[in-house]
Amino acid sequence: MLNNSPYVRKPASVSRVMLKVLAALVPAIAVYVWQFGPAILIQLALASATALVCEAAMLKLRGKPLALYLSDLSAIVTAWLIALAFPPLAPWWLVVTGTAFAIVVAKHLYGGLGQNTFNPAMVAYCVMIVAFPSLMSQWPGDLSMQAAALAEHAQVFPDGPAMVLDAITSATPLDALRTGLRAAGATVSSVSADPASFGQVAGRGWEWIALAYLAGGLFLIQQRVITWHIPASFIAALSVIAGAFWLADSTHYASPLFHLAAGGSMLGAFFIFTDPVSACTTPRGKLIYAAAAALLVYLIRVFGAYPDGVAFATLLMNILVPLIDMKTQPPVFGHKN
Amino acid sequence: MNSYNYRDIFWNGFWRQNTGLAQLLGLCPILAVSTSVVNGVSLAIATIVVMAMSNAVVSALRNLIPYEIRIPVFILIIAALVTVLDLAMNAWLHELYMVLGIFVPLITTNCIVLARVEAYAAKNPALPSAVDGAAMGVGLMLVLAVLGGMRELIGTGQLFAGIEMIIPGAHAVQVLPADYPGFLFAILPPGAFIALACLIAGKSWLEARNKAAQTSTGAGCVPAAH
Repeated sequence: MLNNSPYVRKPASVSRVMLKVLAALVPAIAVYVWQFGPAILIQLALASATALVCEAAMLKLRGKPLALYLSDLSAIVTAWLIALAFPPLAPWWLVVTGTAFAIVVAKHLYGGLGQNTFNPAMVAYCVMIVAFPSLMSQWPGDLSMQAAALAEHAQVFPDGPAMVLDAITSATPLDALRTGLRAAGATVSSVSADPASFGQVAGRGWEWIALAYLAGGLFLIQQRVITWHIPASFIAALSVIAGAFWLADSTHYASPLFHLAAGGSMLGAFFIFTDPVSACTTPRGKLIYAAAAALLVYLIRVFGAYPDGVAFATLLMNILVPLIDMKTQPPVFGHKN
Repeated sequence: MNSYNYRDIFWNGFWRQNTGLAQLLGLCPILAVSTSVVNGVSLAIATIVVMAMSNAVVSALRNLIPYEIRIPVFILIIAALVTVLDLAMNAWLHELYMVLGIFVPLITTNCIVLARVEAYAAKNPALPSAVDGAAMGVGLMLVLAVLGGMRELIGTGQLFAGIEMIIPGAHAVQVLPADYPGFLFAILPPGAFIALACLIAGKSWLEARNKAAQTSTGAGCVPAAH
């Protein structure tokens, strides 16, 4: 029931907003641990520690108050997004270097929180995947496969941990599908027939994590941390584009459901494209921004050479944000457009 | 004739109006060739030679060149000199020439060469012009050497890779541990932009610090004679 105005509004502080974003990520992290083991927790700790150290150092260099900016938790959000986007079994320095790059270059050299043109977490991802493509593409199989691979590995190579990583990692479903389709006569159903790695929809484990991101994202919308525009437009556009390709040739293009559940689609839709600093701010602008991002995501992941397109799509769309915002200014109240 | 302060001309080209850090001219070769110290410095040496010679030649001919068609004439002179250098490098430093590739002939189109010819050599006598061209080239070499060093060190953990193309028997120096994975990003184009931006920021910071030191001691900076 609505009461009459005037309403008292709680001021939305940065740290409150960031705390809600972190809370919304917790279910996904829990599912991640359940599906792929606790390695992600170490990556989260590493990324958070690096982010805080780099943030403190940059604040000190720039002569800003430490306590005020460190407690706004924005560095921790960046760190968590990086840890979740990176492969959990990657060497420790990968996530540390990526986080340091995100905080020092992408955030503070561009002017700090509120000034960064590009999403820092996605800058870190892009830098690292361009610099270390093979390390950034090694994702873990699920826990039972890991155990089996380790046991087998121990029998074949009794001494020497060098090949353990290769034995327990595999390409993401997106990657596996794209490489699989290159073989003559391969179809989507033949490549993804193996439920051990492809699961029901979009990769064993991944589909559950995607659901957890969806739940966290709905919580953020309910809390009014983000608006519905970007996630809804992204999901709708990705479904339409993937659906069009799928209807035209379902032997060579995966279903829209696969694309929604695979890779970083859900993380992107609710947590990355919605970054309040680097995304569009006008309502119409948000719709255009997210739809164009969905097109880029689809093109990069299906026709490109990288495991997923969310990070590159984010950075490319970040460049267009000022233009989209300028062209979609809502009319001032009382004026005709 | 004696009014030219050669030290000032040199300092102007080497630091104050540095091509890479202050004028930001000729960025294409700076960004593309600075993947290693050897590549960067070799191209810089070639550019020094071209700039000194083209400045001297244009300056000597400046009263004969009709003003209206000076740009094509300048370009022809520069192109002729670059062709000589191009053939010479192909003959005597063939391996290096293969590495630098298109960037040696492209010195012709490097805007810093034409910029100095137009801005300085067309208005000044031959000797100061030659010094100006060489100084600008040395400034470029400074940037290319530092930038190439940064990118090579971060990207591969080595320094002076490819030195054997110039000094037979010399070897690259492994600075970082041999199992350093190599941060490929530094070698790729974005690494060049970020490293160059850091150098420009460093120069601005040094100058701001010097200015602050000068104003605090009360000694005014002597304006350059131009």
